[in-house]
Amino acid sequence: MHPVRKQRLYLVLFVALFSSVAVGLVLYALRGNINLFYPPADVVSGKAPLGQSIRVGGMVEKGSVQRAEDSLEVSFMLTDYQASVPVVYIGILPDLFGEEQGAVASGVLTGDGVLQATEILAKHDENYMPPEVAYALENSGYDKKGKTK
Amino acid sequence: MMPEIGHFALIIAFCLTLMLTTVPAWGAWRGNAVAMALAPTLAVGILVFVTISFGCLVSAFLQDDFSVALVASHSNTLLPPIYKFAAVWGNHEGSLMLWALILALWTAAVALFSPQLPLLVLSRVLSVMGAIGVGFLSFSLVTSNPFARLLPNTPIEGGDLNPLLQDPGLIIHPPLLYMGYVGFSVAFAFAIAALLGGRLDASWARWSRPWTNIAWGFLSLGIMLGSWWAYYELGWGGWWFWDPVENASFMPWLAGTALIHSLAATDKRGLFKSWTVLLAIFAFSLSLLGTFLVRSGVLTSVHAFATDPARGMFILVFLALVVGGSLTLYAFRAPAVSSRVTFAWASRESLLLVNNVIFLVATLTVLFGTLFPLIVDGLGMGKVSVGPPYFNAVFVPLMALLVPFMGIGPVSRWKRDDVARWRSELVIPAVAAVVCGFTFPLLHAPYNIWVALAVLLSAWLVLGLAQDVWRRLRSASSTARGLRRLTPGYCGMLIAHLGFAACITGIVATSQYSVERDLKMSPGATQELAGYEFRFVEVAQVRGPNFIADEARFEVSRDGVVVANMAPQKRRYLATGSVMTEAAIDPGLFRDIYVAMGEPIGSDGAWAMRLHYKPLVRWMWLGAIFMAVGAFTSVLDKRYRRQRDTVHAGNGEALHGT
Repeated sequence: MHPVRKQRLYLVLFVALFSSVAVGLVLYALRGNINLFYPPADVVSGKAPLGQSIRVGGMVEKGSVQRAEDSLEVSFMLTDYQASVPVVYIGILPDLFGEEQGAVASGVLTGDGVLQATEILAKHDENYMPPEVAYALENSGYDKKGKTK
Repeated sequence: MMPEIGHFALIIAFCLTLMLTTVPAWGAWRGNAVAMALAPTLAVGILVFVTISFGCLVSAFLQDDFSVALVASHSNTLLPPIYKFAAVWGNHEGSLMLWALILALWTAAVALFSPQLPLLVLSRVLSVMGAIGVGFLSFSLVTSNPFARLLPNTPIEGGDLNPLLQDPGLIIHPPLLYMGYVGFSVAFAFAIAALLGGRLDASWARWSRPWTNIAWGFLSLGIMLGSWWAYYELGWGGWWFWDPVENASFMPWLAGTALIHSLAATDKRGLFKSWTVLLAIFAFSLSLLGTFLVRSGVLTSVHAFATDPARGMFILVFLALVVGGSLTLYAFRAPAVSSRVTFAWASRESLLLVNNVIFLVATLTVLFGTLFPLIVDGLGMGKVSVGPPYFNAVFVPLMALLVPFMGIGPVSRWKRDDVARWRSELVIPAVAAVVCGFTFPLLHAPYNIWVALAVLLSAWLVLGLAQDVWRRLRSASSTARGLRRLTPGYCGMLIAHLGFAACITGIVATSQYSVERDLKMSPGATQELAGYEFRFVEVAQVRGPNFIADEARFEVSRDGVVVANMAPQKRRYLATGSVMTEAAIDPGLFRDIYVAMGEPIGSDGAWAMRLHYKPLVRWMWLGAIFMAVGAFTSVLDKRYRRQRDTVHAGNGEALHGT
């Protein structure tokens, strides 16, 4: 074979091999690391899987935030005004977390319907609403104050 | 009155960009030297009017002119003046103005600092930059006018700048980042101009190379500042989240890294020409994509400003025009037959090719991970998010694969090299690197295999570079002469590669060794963490210019000696009532100590506290600074000036007008 053509062939082989390794890595990494989002109504009606990492977003129900006296455990209800999901989290909450505010919790749903959260995301300024919370509320037909649209 | 002047100046600037897009391009097409010679003047004119407009906006902020809607919603009389100034770009409309200003700066810089560039090329380059200006100024004027008034219902007091943004980091982070983002438009404009001219020779690579290096340097600094800001301001001690908007700035950086390396091959050897053009288009398209992702609010992110579909649509259309237009042009104009220049397997060209493939694949995997949620959502298959584990799993092995080749790069020769020579040159660095990899992690118990690997790779880079410098100095008659013979281009590479090694060490060491604990602490309590003793002394009330805060006071000691007094705060800003955590950090070259407050717990005055010990965390930011300094140093190289002269003299069709 002509040396230039041979070089080109090796080049193509190298790129193809390398890309397939990369694609393999991507697929492997994606398999375990994507979290599906569920509105509270779907969680309560049993559409969300147990024992698998998911995200649930909605408004934090008024009067539902309870802190433990002697640990960093905190529990609250996430609601889309159709249904509410109890969430338990151990750690420090973000600054903008608050009752009647939007929040997204990621974690694992246990058999008794409680979300054991490993991460809580709150909105980060006054006007901004996490898109997923907006989506959950839109599905439930309520606005963020809990009034029907 | 001032806001109207600003608005008017913006409209004039827009008309000038329209002229810059059409007139010099027409001149270049028709061979009309007068029309072409207009380009630099127009470029400077645009800068003048955009600056006036920007100045008017700044003065509206500084004078608390709440009749301007933007000022009313993002500033406040209590805000310290420096943050009033920074508030100009702490919002959607203002940040677009900053985009426009920096684009005008780059355009004028190209016009002013390229006296050696043939007028034909210069007018094409400026035309392309003018077209980008048309896109952004019309975006600003049509969808997000920063000068919109609130008349007659002028509020007495403004809202407030988001407290997270009231920070010195914000004053410089966006301008630096935008200098990088927008700077790639210069590389893009040179590439498009070369395609338009149909002459894809090595000279355009030489012209665009310094500009690309500068842009890349600024982007490195911008990303580094963003990471640093997140670390001390967001209050949870993380420094990189693989957040879509971080990715949006990181993707152009990755593509830009590939670009500056393939430009080296194109410049020195006339290789990979079409590929380099494609990379230039790709890098700028990713900058635009980044802008789209940030501005349209399609992704959940800490950076998203309030969502407006019209704006997202506008940028999407603009993006489609830029990408589609330039790729179409590329399809028609890129040389069909590859260059006749050949190179052997063992050569610097091959190593640069490896760099390009790895960085391109890295860019694509990050792009895929960032857009995957959008694709899935678009297909109606639910709302997913792709988290940091995905990016780490893909990105870290790629970088680990890169470093072995990167170590050979500096010692390799162009065109044809000898593997046996590499072996003899690099056997000492390789052995020494293995020794370093084994011994250095012993300094920090427990022994960590990942840190050992990172030290091994970094040492391989550093020692390879040292070996190369040593060889160069040895071959010169005296050390002083040898040092003088090291060109700025070479020194820049040296500094940047050292920075990359520091980055790797810092990132891996801090990820592996960090000790982080969230716990409940009462005043008077002590807590031991990584050999440091944290004593929670008291909580006090303090008052700032526009906030009140609970301040926790800590005394940190090691082996009975006090090393730091730390005072993290929980601030409540008066204007909006929003609460923000201000972490306390005791910085050091080898370790940071980090304390942040959570919320009060129980009734006995206890607080949730976050205590972190982070070794070598500064190294990655220092590394990024090194990379930027390296990029800036390389621009000083004489070859760019001298070569321009020779190219100029040898270019018969060049037209003189400046």
